[in-house]
Amino acid sequence: MEIYRAHVLVCKGTGCVASGSEPIMEAFQKELEKKGLSKEVKVVQTGCLGLCELGPNVLIYPEGSYYCTVKTEDVPEIVEEHLLKGRIVERLLYKERDTKERFRSLMDIDFYKRQKRIALRHCGLINPEIIEEYIANDGYRALGKALTEMTPQGVIDEIKKSGLRGRGGGGFPTGVKWQFAADAQGDIKYVVCNADEGDPGAFMDRSILEGDPHTVLEAMAIAGYAIGASEGYIYVRAEYPIAVKRLEIAIEQARNHGLLGKNILGTEFSFDIFIRLGSGAFVCGEETALLASVEGRRGEPRPRPPFPANKGLWDKPTIINNVETYANIPEIILQGADWFSNIGSEKSKGTKVFAVGGKINHTGLVEIPMGTTLKEVIYDIGGGIPNNKKFKAVQTGGPSGGCLPASLLDMPIEYDTLIQAGSMMGSGGMIVVDEDTCMVDIAKFFLTFTQEESCGKCPPCRIGTKRMLEILERITNGEGREGDIELLENLAKSIKASALCGLGQTAPNPVLSTLRYFRDEYEAHIKDKKCPAGGCQALIHYEVVADKCKGCGMCVKVCPTQAISGERRKPHEIDLDKCIKCNSCYDRCPFGAIVKL
Amino acid sequence: MPVIKSMEELEKIRKQAKDMINLRVDNETKTRIVVGMGTCGIAAGARPVMLAILDELKKRNITNVIVTETGCIGLCQYEPLVDVIQPDHPKVTYVNMNPEKAREIVVKHIINNQVVDEYVVPNI
Ligand SMILES: Cc1cc2nc3c(=O)[nH]c(=O)nc-3n(C[C@H](O)[C@H](O)[C@H](O)COP(=O)(O)O)c2cc1C
Ligand code: SF4
Ligand code: SF4
Ligand code: FES
Ligand code: FES
Repeated sequence: MEIYRAHVLVCKGTGCVASGSEPIMEAFQKELEKKGLSKEVKVVQTGCLGLCELGPNVLIYPEGSYYCTVKTEDVPEIVEEHLLKGRIVERLLYKERDTKERFRSLMDIDFYKRQKRIALRHCGLINPEIIEEYIANDGYRALGKALTEMTPQGVIDEIKKSGLRGRGGGGFPTGVKWQFAADAQGDIKYVVCNADEGDPGAFMDRSILEGDPHTVLEAMAIAGYAIGASEGYIYVRAEYPIAVKRLEIAIEQARNHGLLGKNILGTEFSFDIFIRLGSGAFVCGEETALLASVEGRRGEPRPRPPFPANKGLWDKPTIINNVETYANIPEIILQGADWFSNIGSEKSKGTKVFAVGGKINHTGLVEIPMGTTLKEVIYDIGGGIPNNKKFKAVQTGGPSGGCLPASLLDMPIEYDTLIQAGSMMGSGGMIVVDEDTCMVDIAKFFLTFTQEESCGKCPPCRIGTKRMLEILERITNGEGREGDIELLENLAKSIKASALCGLGQTAPNPVLSTLRYFRDEYEAHIKDKKCPAGGCQALIHYEVVADKCKGCGMCVKVCPTQAISGERRKPHEIDLDKCIKCNSCYDRCPFGAIVKL
Repeated sequence: MPVIKSMEELEKIRKQAKDMINLRVDNETKTRIVVGMGTCGIAAGARPVMLAILDELKKRNITNVIVTETGCIGLCQYEPLVDVIQPDHPKVTYVNMNPEKAREIVVKHIINNQVVDEYVVPNI
């Protein structure tokens, strides 16, 4: 084996590929070749580090130096200075926002330091296309341990004892689900992985599949052993081409090395895995719709019971788990249920990955122990709200979740606390909004999504969400009527009670939670025809504050409709008939003289 | 890599594969060999020294040692310079290295834990 004195890890996750990491990797290879260093320095592709916004991202070991937003022009300098002369290129290192400090190692930055990585343990650190790198990190040892030292029931007991709950939305105890399927009658059983990831804000499942595909394969094989299945299916959306490719490579490698297929590791156990591509409809992430789609039928939900554990794929007992749920399994088997259940809080064990986005300084993927407070995630890890704006709310749980106000920032993140507060864990989307965001508009945004994604099979969801959306539309247009709030609440209640599947049952949540915490904003829209946050176009107009206007004329230049006029150095004016409310002048004015009212 | 037919075989492959990623873990606790690669270091022949060290480590299958470079340390007349830094030991600086001396240091200092006094930096 060659010995390399340095490894250059280039992120080849979706985010960094989009910002140009492929040419960067080639540039490193070319430059190292040119300098005669290719035998000493190895270039390695990895999956997502969770800091996609700062991509293309490059890590250099042994120092662990973290270079962000690297450009191809920077590569010769990094090679010459860092890799040849040993001088870290400070200029390109990640810099913490509020300090001048530049951080050498990825692990030293606030965004990483406070995380606890179990599901993401290998993401960004190994080459996902080389099975040896996974094996080197204890890969397939958990499967070996299960097959040679544990009974199937022993595996299920361990998962039950760990307290692991589903990470895909519902939060159902994983071990209990496996027990149902193990106990179900039938000689053929199936293991399914839900990699549909329909929540528009979430991308943790994609990152796991891209960065550590073998962990999902290993976990599915362990599940197969536990319930007595010999086939597994991964349902992944076709819009995730890199994830699909890495999965295909991983399955091929695992088969070649006897880690999938007949008589795994010389035991009696045989198991194989197949990929099914989904078209990306949100409702196909619902388990019964997903199973229908795998079978080649229309992706429509059906009533439960019977649950998939008894009647699943081709009517055989089936377990279906989320990607992140599976990613925890090998670690639980290797380190034990007690190790896992010591992490997290009383009722929610382990960690959860969140895709933090919106009005926050550091957006990206963070994995935190359950019980961490919202405040810690948003301020300590996420770095707070940009541009000195005020925090207003955080939306968790995606289209099925809700908005939580500032008064709940100290709430620990757990399955049950979130539900009590009117939101949910969901798959881990977390969108932060600041004072400029209208809460009625946010509710409308999510409801528009669910309304479009409704499969239309049952009337409460198909018609009910449409009615709710119409009401929200008229409220934000300044045409809200007395009684609209009550109407929304009634509709929400009946949809929740009568929709067939989770999509419809949770669709009203964004509206209900904003009504609960931001009712005054709805009232301002309806009664005063005002949008307090200045977010609803129809309810605002732009004005120049004469005292603040220095007559610089900047706004005149940016206005696309010549709606602004005035003499130089004298206060300007906006002609409201011409103004199309494009917000350009508001953004441009250097003196804050333009206001939205 | 062949078909893995038992836990023992998996374990064997894991041990071999560990060398592939060794460089990315537990770096605080490893011995470091640092080669001076300033302009004068390179001119004085630091590259062949570095390559000799890497080659010797490879021959002897030693993977838990970090080999890095550093820039000018202001001792140009003693170049090429090599530092050996072991956790809980004072740093040892070797001067006027050449590939042969460097190999000797790998064998004596890294493997047998004996400082090679005759090459150590004179008291200045
Ligand atoms: C409308 C709808 C969409 C869903 N989308 C997903 C999804 O994209 N990924 C996922 O893992 N679970 C999704 N679920 C949850 C699944 O139905 C199911 O509960 C989950 O895959 C079970 O795995 P877990 O116990 O490991 O979380 C969705 C549920 C509903 C109602
Ligand atoms: S609740 Fe909505 S998505 Fe679910 S089955 Fe009914 S119409 Fe389809
Ligand atoms: S909001 Fe746009 S259209 Fe209206 S005055 Fe300002 S720049 Fe002109
Ligand atoms: S894709 Fe590179 S950090 Fe996410
Ligand atoms: S350049 Fe080597 S000591 Fe000055």
